[in-house]
Amino acid sequence: MRSSSGKLALRFWQAALLALLLLAWHVLVVPGVLPSFYFDDPNKAAFFFGEPLKVGARIWDWFAGGDIYRHLWVTLLETLLAFAIGTVLGVAVGIWLALAPAASALLDPYIKAANAMPRVILAPIFFVWFGLGIASKVALGVTLVFFIVFFNVYQGVREVSPVVLANARMLGASRRKLLRHVYLPSATSWVFASLHNSVGLAFVGAVVGEYLGSSEGVGYLILQAEGVFDINTVVAGVVVLTAFALVLDGAVSVIERRLMVWQPRSGETERI
Amino acid sequence: MTPALALEDITCTFVSREDRTKSYTALRETTLVVAPGEFVSVVGPTGCGKSTLLNVAAGLLQPSAGSVRVHGEPLLGINSRAGYLFQQEALMPWRNALANVAAGLEFREVAGDEARRRADEWLRRVGLGGFGDRYPHQLSGGMRKRVSLAQTLILDPELLLMDEPFSALDIQTRQLMENELLELWSANRKSVVFITHDLEEAIALSDRVVLLSAGPETHPIGEYSIDLPRPRDVAEIRLTPRFVELHSRIWGAMKAEVLKGYAQQLR
Repeated sequence: MRSSSGKLALRFWQAALLALLLLAWHVLVVPGVLPSFYFDDPNKAAFFFGEPLKVGARIWDWFAGGDIYRHLWVTLLETLLAFAIGTVLGVAVGIWLALAPAASALLDPYIKAANAMPRVILAPIFFVWFGLGIASKVALGVTLVFFIVFFNVYQGVREVSPVVLANARMLGASRRKLLRHVYLPSATSWVFASLHNSVGLAFVGAVVGEYLGSSEGVGYLILQAEGVFDINTVVAGVVVLTAFALVLDGAVSVIERRLMVWQPRSGETERI
Repeated sequence: MTPALALEDITCTFVSREDRTKSYTALRETTLVVAPGEFVSVVGPTGCGKSTLLNVAAGLLQPSAGSVRVHGEPLLGINSRAGYLFQQEALMPWRNALANVAAGLEFREVAGDEARRRADEWLRRVGLGGFGDRYPHQLSGGMRKRVSLAQTLILDPELLLMDEPFSALDIQTRQLMENELLELWSANRKSVVFITHDLEEAIALSDRVVLLSAGPETHPIGEYSIDLPRPRDVAEIRLTPRFVELHSRIWGAMKAEVLKGYAQQLR
């Protein structure tokens, strides 16, 4: 399976499965292709489930007509801001609490409570505080991203090898140098493990925030379409968002591979 | 002459974190004095507190009682005149070999170019020229030890503390490393405290062997001066009659402690 021809075959079957699913969707919903077996009216299936061709046409219109770019840009900006702010805060607080046991013990129940809370429900509060613009969506994304990164960094710093730490101290590292040269790099591997999750959650924060109240963004488009029962546009919005999330996740993978060259990958043989 | 390192009446008692009434005394009133330029090996059964003694000398561990003097001055905090070679992997995995060797210079604010140049020189000295861009996981165990050695020696410490540094290596690599260590040491004689449980290694390398009792409450129970001629080849010197004689003498005293230590481990 690992050979390139095996990989190509796998890709082919993955694409074939997609085509099969689209075809099934098409014949089941489009009026007149198959006799209606569940709904009394042949148009109802299309009303509830949308039609793949119309969804495709809608996406095409968006990108060809250029309507979507403004909304995509807003959603992307919200996602990236939430991701960046949440990650920086998570790293900073994670390192601080890991190195300050007293503060960590004091705050422990509050952190657990804040993490257990369904934070999406904070959205109305953020609307009151920050208005219906970008800021409230970013705030929502930050609360989602922060905890994931925070817990990983906290864990990462606490699990720094004591021998590596002692060695750096013997080599003359001051407390600040330890932070910069030992704790931070050691926490990075944990941060990257969390970034795949957190970039997705930043996205969730942005879209849910838009859906709950906004005047632009892909979440807003979906909300508008839903208001007029335009299921094709709703599905088109979901497809665009999914593709977008995949692109962001891929970007994180690329950066990870660049920065984490020092980490052994399983099964990697040495290239001489 | 002021000793390079003087550990006087060191006692280390560890208190259990769960139960404050439970305590374990690893070292009791242990005294160890190392002269400048002297190579001292400390041997003892497994788990007898040898590493504890070394950590006290390094300033990584505060003794419960007793004094530590470095060149006559009381030790406060980390012993900045000492280099420490750990038993376990101590390289920073996110730095390549060159950056690992240069780390100590970097921590001491030596300019980047200068640090890299000297690190490169040291890598070549330990036989790893051209491996500078490798990360620790891409190197073999023996190569990693060489990088560690260069990392420590580049700072030119007056005192070298070594905690069973070669115990994880296979026997051939180990003898090579021991010979290289002797060569580097004789070029510019530092004081060395070498911890090991391997008596042959201790005799082959040192000027003096200190024997510790089995734990708990470890203390020195014997000191043997090793009068074998230098320069030595660790593989060949094991076959000389004087080596065998010293070995059987020290082993006679050590055997009982090893058995005691073994019995304690089973308990």
